[in-house]
Amino acid sequence: MGKNVLLIEDEPHIAEAIRYVLTRDGWQVASHAYGGDAIEVIRRSPPDVLVLDVMLPGRSGHEILADLRRDPAFSDLPVLVLSARGLQHMPEGATRVMAKPFANAEMVSAVRAIADARGARK
Amino acid sequence: MARSALTGTRVRERRLRIGMKQADLARSSGISPAYLNLIEHNRRRVGAALLTALAAALGIEEAALAEGAESALMEGLREAAAGAAGAETVPEIARIEEFVSRFPGWAELLSARQARVGALERAVEALSERMAHDPFLSASLHEVLSAATSVRSTAAILAESEDIDPIWRERFHGNIFDDSTRLSEAAQALVTFMDTTEAGETGLSSPQEEVEAWLARTEYHLAALERSHPPAAEALIAGVPELATGAARTLALAHITRYRADALALPLEPFQRAVAELGADPAALSARFGVAPSAIFRRLVTLPKAAAPALGMVVCDASGGVTFRRPLPGFSLPRHGAGCPLWPLYEVLARPAVLVRLPVEMAGRVPQRFVLHAFAETSHPGGYDGPQVIAAMMLIQPALTPRSGGERPVGPACRICPRAACVARREPSILIGSGA
Repeated sequence: MGKNVLLIEDEPHIAEAIRYVLTRDGWQVASHAYGGDAIEVIRRSPPDVLVLDVMLPGRSGHEILADLRRDPAFSDLPVLVLSARGLQHMPEGATRVMAKPFANAEMVSAVRAIADARGARK
Repeated sequence: MARSALTGTRVRERRLRIGMKQADLARSSGISPAYLNLIEHNRRRVGAALLTALAAALGIEEAALAEGAESALMEGLREAAAGAAGAETVPEIARIEEFVSRFPGWAELLSARQARVGALERAVEALSERMAHDPFLSASLHEVLSAATSVRSTAAILAESEDIDPIWRERFHGNIFDDSTRLSEAAQALVTFMDTTEAGETGLSSPQEEVEAWLARTEYHLAALERSHPPAAEALIAGVPELATGAARTLALAHITRYRADALALPLEPFQRAVAELGADPAALSARFGVAPSAIFRRLVTLPKAAAPALGMVVCDASGGVTFRRPLPGFSLPRHGAGCPLWPLYEVLARPAVLVRLPVEMAGRVPQRFVLHAFAETSHPGGYDGPQVIAAMMLIQPALTPRSGGERPVGPACRICPRAACVARREPSILIGSGA
């Protein structure tokens, strides 16, 4: 399967760090910082894995995720949700959730794991 | 001598004082001496008809026997009983009087504990609400977490990658530096926030309750504001122990401003003379002075004690939220939440500028009669484009005329109201279906 990750994260330094870490692990990383039009960006170039922050300007990660899951084309897209609110409530539709702050190794293994799980099903 | 809160005890005290025999009182009230004996020892409840007969036989006003039957103690005990809903053993609400009479110390203790529990529950609620909804706190925490996330990930990259490109290394160093600054600023802001939060603002009492405690101590009359050159409002509330929080002081200042405006519109001396002549009649006083009934209402409940008729008042905003309360014995006003939906206070919200007078009978162990005056006033402090602000107020006056039969049956808040057949009820009462 492909190795394209799309990262929706409005904090530029966090985005830069994630991008660097995933790139070193062999992923093609594209990133986007605004929630309002994130869904169009995802539709335009569908990634293999989506890393989605919850607190985004314009539109929250929860809403974006709900929209995605309603679309048959993205119903099984692996989505890693980044949450600053702890892990008590797993957002509906998330493949996996990760609390901020996180270790870089966790990020890499989480992205690999959810991509592999999908690959295995296909 | 302190008057007992219990009707039975009062009957006995009055009977002994006028030297009447139990048998004589029983005969003239149409009950057996044994039954009267039970009543006098608070083992039987006194219905409205019997109360009238007893009062006539004893040659005193009904109210003298009934007053205080709905005392704060009883109310506290009923609240405690309400709090026990769902408990395995149901408190004997029908025997509250007996409980109070036989175990006055325990009853006081339970009532005081109940008040304390209520205060603590509100404090917890206020604090958790604050944690959950304070926008500054939530934004600051998010800022701290974002900066920490960035610092952690970036620092890990620098620490764990040996072969990092110098340009990237430079860049990550810059990011860490920026984020560490951001982190310390956010942390600083949080500390400042916690420090400046006044110690008194624990939510143990609401700002309205603080203002109420202050006004209760001054008996609602602020003599300094009646002078032609009153002291500055800030000086008037400086060092007032009841006004512990900034919010309470803000409310107190607003109260002072309104009080002063009312005092200028209705100077004390002529107003008192008019009240002596016309009685506490808002319509007549409003016509006499050409001043809106709202100012008359406020002025009537802030007269000096000697000149003041016994009056209570409650003011609410368009949401029904209480913004001012002056309690009157026998007419229970909720501290939190809404009162009785049948009070004209709420009706006038839909009929602003109409002055309403309504004789009512307040439900209770011994029903008491009152005359309620209600009036709602609208204002447009934001001009044409701003919202219409509405304040409804209700003046509570003990009924001075005999029962007419036309009194509207009203109650305290639904939860402690005994009127089983009320069609306006919004929640079940603890007093119904409990054998009461």
